[in-house]
Amino acid sequence: MERRVVITGIGVLAPGGVGTKNFWSLLSEGRTATRGITFFDPSSFRSQVAAEADFDPELHGLGPQEIRRMDRAAQFGVVTAREALADSGLDLAGFDPHRTGVTIGSAVGATMGLDDEYRVVSDGGRLDLVDYAYAPRHLYNHFVPSSFSAEVAWAVGAEGPNTVVSTGCTSGLDSVGHAVELIREGSTDVMIAGATDTPISPITMACFDAIKATTPRNDDPEHASRPFDGTRNGFVLGEGSAVFVLEELSAARRRGAHIYAEIAGYASRCNAFHMTGLRPDGREMAEAIRVALDEARMNPEDIDYINAHGSGTKQNDRHETAAFKLSLGEHAYRTPVSSIKSMVGHSLGAIGSIEIAASVLAMENNVVPPTANLHTPDPECDLDYVPLTAREHTTEAVLTVGSGFGGFQSAMVLARPERSAA
Amino acid sequence: MSARTPRTVVTGIGVATPNGLGVDDFWAATRIGKNAIGRITRFDPSQYPATLAGEIQGFVAEDHLPNRLIPQTDRMTRLALVAADCAFEDAGVRPGDIPEFDMGVVTASTSGGFEFGQNELKKLWSQGSQYVSAYQSFAWFYAVNSGQISIRNGMRGPSGVVVSDQAGGLDAVAQARRQIRKGSKLIFSGGFDASICPWGWVAQLANGRLSTRTEPERAYLPFDADACGYVPGEGGALLILEDAEAARRRGARNVYGEISGYGATFDPKPGSGREPGLRRAIELALADADVAPGQIDVVFADAAGTPGLDREEAEAVTAVFGAGRVPVTAPKTMIGRLYSGAAPVDVVAAVLSMREGLIPPTTNVTLSPEYDIDLVTGQPRTASVRTALVLARGYGGFNSAVVVGAVD
Repeated sequence: MERRVVITGIGVLAPGGVGTKNFWSLLSEGRTATRGITFFDPSSFRSQVAAEADFDPELHGLGPQEIRRMDRAAQFGVVTAREALADSGLDLAGFDPHRTGVTIGSAVGATMGLDDEYRVVSDGGRLDLVDYAYAPRHLYNHFVPSSFSAEVAWAVGAEGPNTVVSTGCTSGLDSVGHAVELIREGSTDVMIAGATDTPISPITMACFDAIKATTPRNDDPEHASRPFDGTRNGFVLGEGSAVFVLEELSAARRRGAHIYAEIAGYASRCNAFHMTGLRPDGREMAEAIRVALDEARMNPEDIDYINAHGSGTKQNDRHETAAFKLSLGEHAYRTPVSSIKSMVGHSLGAIGSIEIAASVLAMENNVVPPTANLHTPDPECDLDYVPLTAREHTTEAVLTVGSGFGGFQSAMVLARPERSAA
Repeated sequence: MSARTPRTVVTGIGVATPNGLGVDDFWAATRIGKNAIGRITRFDPSQYPATLAGEIQGFVAEDHLPNRLIPQTDRMTRLALVAADCAFEDAGVRPGDIPEFDMGVVTASTSGGFEFGQNELKKLWSQGSQYVSAYQSFAWFYAVNSGQISIRNGMRGPSGVVVSDQAGGLDAVAQARRQIRKGSKLIFSGGFDASICPWGWVAQLANGRLSTRTEPERAYLPFDADACGYVPGEGGALLILEDAEAARRRGARNVYGEISGYGATFDPKPGSGREPGLRRAIELALADADVAPGQIDVVFADAAGTPGLDREEAEAVTAVFGAGRVPVTAPKTMIGRLYSGAAPVDVVAAVLSMREGLIPPTTNVTLSPEYDIDLVTGQPRTASVRTALVLARGYGGFNSAVVVGAVD
């Protein structure tokens, strides 16, 4: 008997508001959460815009010691894991810790903490032999981002398989995909799975400046993230986290859980081409989509909505438009496609999970979130990108994709459990 | 397990450790217990409480890799790329021999390209943001080795990257096996870390577990009454894993062994009073491999080198196998703990033990009477090895176990 995996709890922390409710309000109203950087003085940078989250860890139940030892990304992960668990209604006493695992995606780990601490131990970059006396005890937690999934496990009491998945900007999809495999194969019954990244720090902004990947639209930060728009010129860095409770379908039904969606198919491929470049034909992403659909036993026509990677670089937007056409054929032209990065920015390894949340909420509400700031069509991007305003749309199955540095291309199919193969 | 489930075999090895570059050098050194821990040469360690490491000497990346890859890679990526080349050669397969979408790369990482990151952080804070290298956008991150190996070798199939500190090396092998079971023909798996730089050193010191001894033979003594922490090392191993049937069809010249079982657990939150997870990981791996404890011929221990963790491991081994019932060894005493690279190196040592019928020793250690384990110390031990168990643990509570079996 094949084990099917469903989402029964959601926790989201995204720019524009902590919590799933705030997140969906932002998306469904088409508001943007991008702004001029406030975390540090950005004046020497080419790109000075980011999607920052306003987050007070104490307000969200973290104690002083937790706050001290955890990087911001770990804090986000713990807060969203707790929200997801509460949302699932799964009682801590009601699951077997040995059969409960954790996977957390993150592309750049504790970048923020590492940047801060390096500045201190090197005394502003002066010391080659950095000063041990100024290193905090929790620095090892920043050195190894598996501290994130350890913190989540402690927060929820999980003692099954545990890992961080770090495949760059597809980490948020691959982490959940990995968790699904663990439940399907029988290694676990419950997974706390998702992703977190908080990359808005000087070192990250500097390296994206160097390759001109981020937008220099500094005079108009609220409208700076413009996926699929003809005037786009780079992505807007963001931060955030989304974590889910995943369960085996029959167990979830037995306990009467609210089932948001089934993770019906997932696949990942590599472009074996370039660490930051994409082949224009989109073939690897198309292959991932094809295999994910196959696993879900669905045809292209079954997909009601595509949650795009839509980072807002010309290269990406054309690459994935090609991939959708290659994998879905004519149906690509009939399917709404949108990028929530237009509103919440690109939070690297976290965004894949945040986009899973958006996809699930689109099904839950039968509303497709828009691509904000899309005013000027790009003739090479000729699909229906749902410009500016959300759209009521019966949504029973969603395709969500990710694409990232290192060449990773991932695709996931989410569906109402009664809709996907019985 | 149904009869149709593909078996996963090791058909190629690329290894770089402080005591050997390449599989022949590594095994020649390891089988006789050649130590390679010494005072750090990469930078002046005298101001730090710990001064010893396992460094790889004599590795010149420029001799092996195209010039354009040098400025965009951290040391750990250069080691990994060269190991990948060696593994392909060892396996007698060329990248073009297998369809691109049927090959993938699943690696583990602990700290990414930390030295590369250090150098760019220095430029950022001492010179300014405009001096940061474009390559910082990927050279340091945890996914870089999987990405670079896939690009260099045209591998476009399912790939991945896991981070679970030192346990990750086994988690990557297990994930590679999952991909082979789902239909991939060939997957690279393993891990490399190389963070012996001042910034990496300070970060490692922070965990409070590094040995501060200065005599290389007295610094890293797992299961010894004198255990006093561990010595970090650099390097790792990459394994070519193949569907056994596909390997047989292509006439693979080396079939070193089979990855036949895996189990992973996470420890309870500290202070909970619940039993640590290592015993359960071992039991899960044995059950997955469908072998009884009595069938395991040797255990390659995690060998943390701190008394509390050593005790946990000895107790777990004793609980599963009985007191002194299975030989246990930790050749990593020769080279230090290699983080994500450590367990893949132990898998290599395990399959080579099978081939030669010889268990490499745990060097420098005198077994503490406190532990009821049969630790192979001093000299290598001649033994028929058909099935081996490799253990790895990561900081924070990660436990992984892999069973490696002989293939006839």
